[in-house]
Formats: sequence, structure tokens, C-alpha cells
Amino acid sequence: MDFLNTHLLSLILFLPTIAALIMFFLPSGETKLLRWFAFSASLIPFVLTLVLWIKFDPNKTGFQFQEQYPWYEALNSSLHLGVDGISLTMVLLTTLLTPLAILASFSITDRVKPYMMLFLFLETGMLGVFMSLDLLIFFVFWEIGLVPMYFLINQWGSANKEYASMKFMIYTMGGSLGLLLAVQMLGVLFGTYDLIALYERWNSLDADSVLLGMSVHTVKTIAFWAFTLAFAVKVPLWPFHTWLPDAHTEAPTAGSMILAGVLLKLGAYGFLRLVLPFYPLEAKMFAGALALLATAAIVFGAFGSFGQTDFKRLVAYSSVNHMGFVVLGIAAAGLAAGTADAHIAMNGAVLQMFNHGLSAAGMFFLVGVIYERTHTRNLEEFGGLFPLVPVYGGILIFMSMASLGLPGLNGFVSEFLVVRGAYPVLKIYTVVSMLGLLFTGAYILKGIMKVLHGPMNEHWAHGEHKLTEINMREIFVIAPLMILSLVIGIWPAWILEVINKAVMALF
Amino acid sequence: MNFPILSIITFLPFVAAVIMLLIPADRKTEVRGVALATAAIDLLLSGWLYLQYLLGGMTGYQFIETYNWLPALGISLKFGVDGMSAPLVLLTGIVMFTGVLISWGDYDEKHHVSAGIQDRPREFFAFLFLLAGGVFGVFVSLDLFMLFFFYEIAVFPMYLLISIWGWVKTREYAAMKLTLYLFIGSVVALVGALVMYWTQYQNTGVLSFDMIQMESAGFSAPFQYAWFLPVFLGFAVLGGIWPFHNWSPDGHVAAPTAVSMFHAGVLMKLGAFAALRVGVMLLPEGAKQWSWLIMTFASIAVVYGAYIAFVQPDLKYMIGFSSVSHMGLVMLGISTLNYNGLLGAGVQMFSHGVMTALFFAITGMIYDRSHTRQIPELGGMAKIMPFAAIGFIIGGLVSMGMPGFSGFVAEFPIFMGVWSRQWLVAVAASISIIITAAYIMRNIRQVFFGPMPEKLAEHHITDVTMLDKIAIATLCLFMIGIGIFPSMMVPMIEKGVENILRLLGGV
Repeated sequence: MDFLNTHLLSLILFLPTIAALIMFFLPSGETKLLRWFAFSASLIPFVLTLVLWIKFDPNKTGFQFQEQYPWYEALNSSLHLGVDGISLTMVLLTTLLTPLAILASFSITDRVKPYMMLFLFLETGMLGVFMSLDLLIFFVFWEIGLVPMYFLINQWGSANKEYASMKFMIYTMGGSLGLLLAVQMLGVLFGTYDLIALYERWNSLDADSVLLGMSVHTVKTIAFWAFTLAFAVKVPLWPFHTWLPDAHTEAPTAGSMILAGVLLKLGAYGFLRLVLPFYPLEAKMFAGALALLATAAIVFGAFGSFGQTDFKRLVAYSSVNHMGFVVLGIAAAGLAAGTADAHIAMNGAVLQMFNHGLSAAGMFFLVGVIYERTHTRNLEEFGGLFPLVPVYGGILIFMSMASLGLPGLNGFVSEFLVVRGAYPVLKIYTVVSMLGLLFTGAYILKGIMKVLHGPMNEHWAHGEHKLTEINMREIFVIAPLMILSLVIGIWPAWILEVINKAVMALF
Repeated sequence: MNFPILSIITFLPFVAAVIMLLIPADRKTEVRGVALATAAIDLLLSGWLYLQYLLGGMTGYQFIETYNWLPALGISLKFGVDGMSAPLVLLTGIVMFTGVLISWGDYDEKHHVSAGIQDRPREFFAFLFLLAGGVFGVFVSLDLFMLFFFYEIAVFPMYLLISIWGWVKTREYAAMKLTLYLFIGSVVALVGALVMYWTQYQNTGVLSFDMIQMESAGFSAPFQYAWFLPVFLGFAVLGGIWPFHNWSPDGHVAAPTAVSMFHAGVLMKLGAFAALRVGVMLLPEGAKQWSWLIMTFASIAVVYGAYIAFVQPDLKYMIGFSSVSHMGLVMLGISTLNYNGLLGAGVQMFSHGVMTALFFAITGMIYDRSHTRQIPELGGMAKIMPFAAIGFIIGGLVSMGMPGFSGFVAEFPIFMGVWSRQWLVAVAASISIIITAAYIMRNIRQVFFGPMPEKLAEHHITDVTMLDKIAIATLCLFMIGIGIFPSMMVPMIEKGVENILRLLGGV
């Protein structure tokens, strides 16, 4: 029992990989065995995360459940794990979405074993980023997560998968190049990669000292932009978002669920965990620029969504739109650091990360449900499907409302917090982003309208193309997401408490 | 340690070569058996040596053996390993073993596929073992004369191996170019070494080629400035330093598979190692004076090599040029003359050696079956040889410097070391990471995934043999092992680096 307590994080982190390695030895042909093994294996980290959540003490500042193991001692880098309120939320999101994504993948029949193994490896990669308290380990897990996702898109994606997967990989790696260089620089300057040590030393640097032949200010500015660029590509922040529509659209359903649900949050998390604490002055200086790009993401993302005829691409652009709010909140927090407004905005940003994870995963899943039956994502080819699939229709409307930010559901809480926190310090940007919010409603309603309402497209009503209702397994996938959306919408305190305490301690 | 392990490791291949030449030419199986047994013994011994060194405190030169040869001229047969050479001895054992497995030479009657060496395996393995013995000899030599002796022994069998068993189109050209280039390089270095020998006599009255003795030969600074470049560059030619790298790609392509594995995997490390041992360690002032030039050459090699690899249509040329790029990283690390850079260079020598051996092995497997190395003509290999595909992907990830594999463990400290010296070079050289990622991913996709061209399908391509799989698995094991547990090799190299830094005067 004590082992469990002291190694909770490493268990959550490495069990998916161990499960994947066990799967390697299972027979390839037994798809049922492989699916259920992967699903059950992915439930274990989820259960452990619930244990973690319960044992977590929101009132304690700093990182809890810390574990440290020597890794690359020559460079002073160790496997240092720990969670605070913010990362705990993200860990929960990851361990919740992975089993759901695996359950959603039960409809995959081609090469089930490598598919499931890749998903499990991916889970470790994502968890590693959220749990890591060592900069080098952060980078290791950050990059490692790219490989499974590349193969998931490249091998199991749809028509344009080659292009989309290559673009995804190279674009993100390119963005991370700056991160790599900045991490190297930090290691050279401070002789350690431990985040906690770096927080102290980085901020206590004498402003007059000279580092690598440049002033402290210059070094910090360069490093700030290097870090920011890498995370901006991942979030994605306009104009570095162009990899996203292709990658999300071409990925298999579960791949999109994880991509939008968790991987995008890695970028935002990087902002929270690294950029704001390391570069408070620079963040304040350039908050306006960040806010401008965030607003652009919100508005252009919404416009982009509205103009789509491909249902999945519509949802993909909606991710750009929603993540824009996260960055707006972060920018506000950077600008107004220490004030109540900053705390409110940051709470909103982190909650939006969690909420968007739920709603994006849900929306992509629902698109996948209809795609599997109709083999098209073209909105013009649907129409009036509500009577044919009323349960699906109801669920689609529910998730769409969550995505839209209807009060009573989760999206509203986080978006309101962001706007409330950002308005006092970033008035113009907040007001302009409302335009984006208007179009958010527009594209969501467009999606629902084109699919469910209007004259029924007889093609789907009879014969071999007759649309079948959403089945039990699919309901099991979407139900937890719906329930959580509702719960957070009407009673967000259970999660906001955890987030808030962490935010107040940090900012 | 009284057991003369280093002599046995070095001379066993020579003895085996003689034994094999005595076996009648038509007894191919017996020849192969002797070869495999010898390689296995050498691998076990070098592995045992490595472990003993690792567990024995890793201090200084160990397992020293001294046999007087020509005392009048101060030449003795002196062997010893330190932290830098022990991993390389292990590497040679690994490449020798897997090289023999790859060259096994099955003739598949049904599919008319002949893999490995069919023609005169007796002579082939005999010459290959002369090569191997020479390589071992250079790594363990602590006497400058013997270092040269073994160096030449390692070079001349290349001519025979390439011109007799190589690719018909270019083998004579490539063999001649390679041998002339390497001999000229070594002559230049030899002149420098003889001058050092003579000058030491004049300075200290001691007539000796003992390299540990030469560390305190009292070479004046002007002497070192003058002679560093001939000595370093003379050896570095074998290391593939730009602009003297031109022999390498042609040599790689023309050589039979096992010889390519040796060539890129071990021989090029010989050059870098000798440059380090003789150039940097014995002429430290010269090294400090000229490090900027070496860094310039190396960084050009890194980026230029990657660009050229990107445009190659021939798979083997691609790997050849990527070797130029990765050996450039080794040279870059050496040129920093600091702790991180030298550490990274040491790890990179091992990591790249294993990785490139894997690449060439798999390319050989593909070529034997498909009779083409042109990337556009290949495709869909993953379905037929999944084991090899996964091996190639792992090799590709190592090549890109993906965290979790040995390539990252090597490249990261190299960049850190370069940061300390010249941040601009670090930034410029890091571009190669993206280029490498791009061509690796593209070529993996083209060769292993996607549809198989019709012309290729007519060749009835079969899966790789069990021996091939053992070779692949062995190589992957090391790359993943060092990647996840750097502590298995890094501490040893650290000790070697400390010694070098001591000679450099703590730079």
C-alpha cells in the first residue's frame, strides 16, 4: 500500500507503456482480446488518477506526490515527477479520455494490435509532459508523443493522411526546435534541469550579469520567444495553427479525440508551467501581442469553422476558436499578474483546457459516429436526420451546446471566467473576441442544422444506406463526457477549487 | 587483471582469418561457423570487458598489457582501455557479430533470392576479420606506432572487400578512391606523428611511442600550433570530416552490406577516435588554437550532409550522407573541447555506430530481395518484412535525435557544449534536426508503407531470416537501452572526458 502511495505518479505514467509492451506478445489475430485488454489496461491509470485526486490536498502549496529518480546524471537531469492543481486536472483529462478513445476505436479492424499499442505509448507521452518537474524530461515526453500520433494519422487516417501526418510532425518539430535550443541554453547556464531549482535561479538572476556574451534581458527575451513559439504551434495559436485542420480531419476518430482533447493542452500547459513562471516580465511586456493572436484565433477560428462544408473540419477549426480563449486568459494573467483579475482569467483558462478537452473529444467522436455509417463528412450530403436517429440527434445537440458555451454546461463557466478576467486588462481584445463568440454560435448551429434539421435526405432513409441509431458502446463513450459537461456546468466547484488554489499559489 | 583480454580480443580475428583460409574453399558452412563463433566470442569478451570496466570504478586506463617489440626504437605493443575506448570496443564487437549474421548467405532456391555473401565466403570473412582485428587494435593501442600499424591493417582490406564483393557498377572506382584518400590522410598524420616522436626525443631524451608517455612530452606551443592540423585532419579524413568526406558516400554504396556496416559503424569512429587520442590529447594547445576551424568544418558537415541526404534517390547514398552529417556531430562535439561536447561526441560515436549498422543491414536485406535501392522504386515493404520495418523506424528515430533513444542522449550534450562556445553554431546546426526528420520520415513512408510498385511485386520478396532478425533486435536493444538508461554508458565516457579535460588544462 505504501508502494502505491509513494509511486502513484510513476505507476500512472508507466502502466500504459507496460501494457503496450505486454500487448506486443499477444496474438495479432485476436482482435477482441486486444481491444478489451487495451481498454481495461487504460482504465487502471484512470482509477489511479481518481485515487490521486482524492488524496490530493488542494490547500497545500507546491507539488505533491513528488518522485525523483536519477536519469541523465551527467547533465543533472532526473526523472522528477510531481503534480499541482493544474497538472492534476490535466492528468485526469488524459486518463479519462484515453479509455474513451480506445473504446471508440473498437470499430477499427485493420491492424488492431499496433493501433492500440500506439495509443498506450501516446498516453505515457502525454502524461509525462504534465507530470514532469524536470525540463529535459519535459522535452523528452513532449517529443516522444509526436511519434505515435504521426503513425496513427499516417496509417489509419483518411484520404489525405500522408500530407496531414507529415505536416503535423514536421511543423510541430520545427516549432519545438526553438524549445530544444532554449532548453539546452538553460541547461548550460544553470547546470541543472530541475524545474524547481530553475524557478529560483532564473528569477534571482542579477539583471546586470552577462550570460553567454549577452545581457540577461536579451537572453530572457530570446528564450521567451523560443518557448512561446514552440507552445504557440502546439496550442495552436494563430497564425501557427495551419497544421491543425488537416491533422484533425485526417486522423482516425479516436486520434482526433486525443489530438484535440489532450495534445493541444500540452501547448497551453507549457505556457502555464514554463513561460509565465520563467519570464514574468517578458510575459507582461508581450501580453498584448499574445492577446492579439489569441483574439485572432478566436475570431478567425470561428469564421473558418463557419465556412466549412466538411463536418470534421468544422469541429477542427472550432478547436482553434476555443483554444484562443485559453491563450486570452493566459495573456491576461501574464499582464495583470498577482491581481484578482489574473486569478480569475487563469482559472478560466485552465478550466477551459479541461472543458474543451471534453467537448472536443465529444464532438469529434460524434462526427466519427455519423462518418462510420455514411462514409461522408460533407454537410451538404446530410439533412433532416433527426427523425432517423433521434438519440444521436439529442446527444449531438447536447454536446454542441456544451461546445457553444450554453449557460448550464461547462463551456459557459470557463469562457465567462476568461472574459471576466481579461476584460479589465485587455478591453479591446475581449470585446473583439465576442465577435468570435457570436460566430461560435453560428457555426455550431450551422452544424446541427445541416445534419439534423431541414428536409430529410432520402438517401439515408432506406435500403442499404439506412442510417442506424447510435449503439450502446458509442453511448458508453459519450455518456461520461456529457455527464461531466453537465456537472461542471451547474456545479464547477469540485474542479475549480483544485485549480484555484494552485493558480493563487502560482500567480 | 592478468588475463590478457585485450590481446585476445584484438588477435582472435587474425587467428580466425588464418584458420578460415586453411579451410577448403567449398566448405562454406564450416567457414561461416568459424566466423560466427569468433564473432560471438569477441562480442562476449568485449561485453565482459565493458562490464568489468563499468563496475571497476572506471578510473584511468585499465587492462593494460605491455609487450616490448622494438625497444631500441621505443616501440612496444601496449594495450589499454579508458572510458572513451571501452564503449568503442564493445561497438566493434557488436558490429562484427551482426555483420557476420547479415553476411550469412542463404540461397533461397524457391524464390531465387540470394542474401549475404555467396561468392567465396572464406576470403570474404578472412579479409573482414583482418579489418576487425585492425579496428580493435586501434581502439586499444596505447602506443602510437602500433596505433598506425593497426590503422593501416584496418584500411587495406577495405580495398579488397569493396572491389571484389561490392556493387558491380562503382566498386572499383569507390574502392580505389576510398583507399587512396584514407592512405593519404594517414600518411599526413604519420608524418606528424613521427615529428612528434622525434621532437619528444629532443625535448626529453626519451625515445618512445608510448602515448601516455607522450602526454608529458613537453611540446612547445608553436610546435603544437603547427602540427595539430596535419595530425588531426589526417586522422579525421577517416572520420569523414568535411571537406575530406567525399570518399565515404561512394565507399558506403559500393561496399557489400557487412563492409558498409563496418565502414560507417566502426571505421569512421576510428578516425574520430584517433584524431581525439593523438591530435587533441597529445597536442592540446594546438587543439585550442584550431578548434574554431574544426567547429566550422564540422557544422558545415552537419547541415550540408543533411541537405544532401535529403535529395538522394538511392537509399544507401541517403544513409551514407546522413553518416557524414552524424559524424559531423561527433567532430562538432570534439571541437568544443568542453565537458558536454566531448561527452556527447563519445556517446554519439557509439550511438551512430549502432544506428548506421542497423540501417545498412536492413538496406542490404531489401537490396538482396528487390535488387534495387532506388527509393521511388520501392514501397510496401512493411507488410512483407514487418520486423525489419520496425527496426528501420527505430533507427530513423535515433537518427532524428528523438528522445527515448540513444541519438538524443548523444546529440543533446553536444549542442549544450556548442552553446557554451558559439551559440550561433548551435542554432545553425540544429536545422539539421528538422531536415533529418523530413527525409527520414519521407523515405520510411516511401519504402515501407504505401503501395508496392508492380515491378517490385514480381520479385517475390520474402521476409528477412531469423539471423537477420537477431541482428536487428541486438542493435535496437542497444539504441533503446542507452536511450532510456543513459547511466549504462554515460558515466564511463564521463571519466574518459575528465582525462581529456585534464590534458587540455581544464578548458
